[in-house]
Amino acid sequence: MAQLRDKSGRPIVVVTGMGVVTSLGAGKTDNWAKLTAGKSGIRAITRFPTENFKTRVAGTVDFVPVEPMSAPALAERLAELAIEEALAESAIGSRGSFPGPLFLAVAPIEIEWPQRQELAQASGTNADVNYDDLLRAAATGRFRHFHERFLFGSVGYDLAEKFGTRGSPISLSTACASGASAIQLGLEAIRRGETDAALCVATDGSINSESLVRFSLLSALSTQNDPPECASKPFSKNRDGFVMAEGAGALVLESYENARARGAAILGVVEGCGELADSFHRTRSSPDGKPIIGCLHNAIADAGLEPLDIDYINAHGTGTPENDKMECLAVTAVLGDHAKAVAISSNKSMIGHTLSAAGAVEAIFTLLTLDRQRIPPTINYAVPDPTIPLDVVPNVARDAKVRHAVSNSFGFGGQNVSLVMGREPAA
Amino acid sequence: MADALRDVLITGIGIISCLGEGPEAHWRGLNEPSSTADTKMFAPNMVHALGRVDFDKQIPKKGDQRQMEPWQRIGTYAAGLALDSAGAKGNAELLGRMDMIVAAGGGERDWVADAAILSGLAKADNPDRFLNERLMSDLRPTLFLAQLSNLLAGNISIVHGVTGSSRTFMGEELAGVDATRIASARITAGQSDIVLVGGAQNGERKDLLMLYEFGGYCLKDEFHTVWDRRAAPGFALASLGAFMVLESREHSQRRQASPLARLSAVAVQSGTRHPGSIEASLERMWTELSIPDAGTAVISGAPGTEPAAAEERAFLARHPDVAVRATGSHFGHSVEPQFTMNIAVAALALNYGKLFPPFDATGVEQPMTGVLARAVVTGVSHWRGEGLALLEPV
Repeated sequence: MAQLRDKSGRPIVVVTGMGVVTSLGAGKTDNWAKLTAGKSGIRAITRFPTENFKTRVAGTVDFVPVEPMSAPALAERLAELAIEEALAESAIGSRGSFPGPLFLAVAPIEIEWPQRQELAQASGTNADVNYDDLLRAAATGRFRHFHERFLFGSVGYDLAEKFGTRGSPISLSTACASGASAIQLGLEAIRRGETDAALCVATDGSINSESLVRFSLLSALSTQNDPPECASKPFSKNRDGFVMAEGAGALVLESYENARARGAAILGVVEGCGELADSFHRTRSSPDGKPIIGCLHNAIADAGLEPLDIDYINAHGTGTPENDKMECLAVTAVLGDHAKAVAISSNKSMIGHTLSAAGAVEAIFTLLTLDRQRIPPTINYAVPDPTIPLDVVPNVARDAKVRHAVSNSFGFGGQNVSLVMGREPAA
Repeated sequence: MADALRDVLITGIGIISCLGEGPEAHWRGLNEPSSTADTKMFAPNMVHALGRVDFDKQIPKKGDQRQMEPWQRIGTYAAGLALDSAGAKGNAELLGRMDMIVAAGGGERDWVADAAILSGLAKADNPDRFLNERLMSDLRPTLFLAQLSNLLAGNISIVHGVTGSSRTFMGEELAGVDATRIASARITAGQSDIVLVGGAQNGERKDLLMLYEFGGYCLKDEFHTVWDRRAAPGFALASLGAFMVLESREHSQRRQASPLARLSAVAVQSGTRHPGSIEASLERMWTELSIPDAGTAVISGAPGTEPAAAEERAFLARHPDVAVRATGSHFGHSVEPQFTMNIAVAALALNYGKLFPPFDATGVEQPMTGVLARAVVTGVSHWRGEGLALLEPV
């Protein structure tokens, strides 16, 4: 008889379906093959002109056509692809009817420049356009479709309707930790006994000139544009920022009891989750690393494990000088001597930073790592940073025994979330 | 099943709006209703503007204030008021494990920069290159952080030290309902002991007016109270901040907090709307929560848009013994934080043991004659979803 509850008496929560889209391609098979081959999805941006930008590369998803193009429209389409793959694998519910709520990590939404220009033109003002002109154009009623498209709840409502999820869809943002927060909310809902299943989705399609400039102005992005595939260099001494990217990840979370009862294949277990916010600075971590350390401790404790039980860390690993230094500090503090025995690699070296989607996309890759017992590498690791003495699985994937793994997600605004995942318990 | 120790109590509220700051100012304003909408600032649109606020009182560092745009200052200020009210301010141990769920939209844009870029784009030889150059030179780095939805929560962590957890829900009115619902569910289930919940909006923004103007949802030309907008439906955006501290009874007793009210239930309905669906979903939630009509006051979050207002009116007409007050008439519509604001108003009424007078000439709002036994907050979104909260005396 399988144990259906964890050490704390809560329902064990498993994953029975996963879907993913990144700049490497659509679907787990393609992504996993390329990830473990050390391939990069980063390329020169062609979506908009970049010649006068310092950063001209990104992990855009260019193979998914969307018309008319906007960040929420692309985010929605990427999410649909990921959800369709996850639902097909999980075979839960029926077409258009998912037996649980939707938790959606999605980037904040706003009107973009093409729409602003369309309004300016419609206002009939030829010179010195201002917001009064735009408001006048908006009041004509000709742009009703902009209302729904650019409301913050729009992507979530569309997905909830299309896939028939139950209850009120939750659209959330915890910046670059959003994807992990979506999984966390699903995990908590199942543990509360509110539902047997939850659809946890994270998506981001927001690479446009303004978003690129915004991150660029914060000096957060790599400016080593040539060659593009070498721009993202987590844990390297010459790392100089992250590379923006797009993608989506979808996971069907389910109580172990429900999954077993319906004979679903168990892809992995979400064993625990930890969170702790940082009050130090809007974009930087507390120099002592205490919030990240506390976050990791909380996650491992929530899973009922000890630091020694962790075999692999799927790093947040953005490739900014600050993040990688702080993540190393925290991992070393939590794992102690065991840190040297733990593999830690960054998917972002290959797929870039998928921002709001990262936490879910990387949780999926962590679950695949557990399932295949093979660790994707940190590529572009040519110049080791002596201050980061960790086993970053340099450049080449490797087979390894992985029982329990951690996936870290940290974001602006002091957001820290760590997930602990494992394999199906032996019957 | 029901464990009284896991009851969800409201142990602090922090509110700021055009009516002023704090419970007393709001109670006074609600009891002496008058038209507070500013009809000139963005004519023909109107907004319920925030008066002068001494932000130093809750955000002591000027450097912190400079890093925020108005919506974040308003929210951080209101959160500080709520923590003061709950007796939690400055208690590092408590704040370090206090959870937080913020309901947020996005931050304001720089209208001047946007307008200058748009004007130049029309004349530029190479519009793409022009846009890139101007974005690089005109965007302020801090503005990006002010626009990120989760940076209100981030600022609350920095200024007040709330760090147990930090989550931001988006999605207009329902974000506020769901933030309250999930915070409450976590407390009931023992996943959390104490949560700071709420949000803020700066309604004095042309970019935000534009978003709602696309759908024809803005109140224009002449102010009318919420139930009196049938001829020209719409809402007047509010500048407003509302936070509350929710806490398990057990935890509040242990630290000898003074609860204002019990948040007995939060319900939500969502789905594609069709004629009659709003009325039906309000009725369904009312029935599921077994709410008696006698002794009940409804604090309505009706924005004043249609068909939401007509259907909420139809629902209320089925419950003639229930006293109704729509707060949008008093301080406008703040979208995400409106539900929290109205829960705070309901908690105040329960504390005073009475309801404030009607502010309505249509007859929907009637004086309350009997004893106020409980208050129900409605949160019907202007476009999707309906929420309900039931508050009872502690």
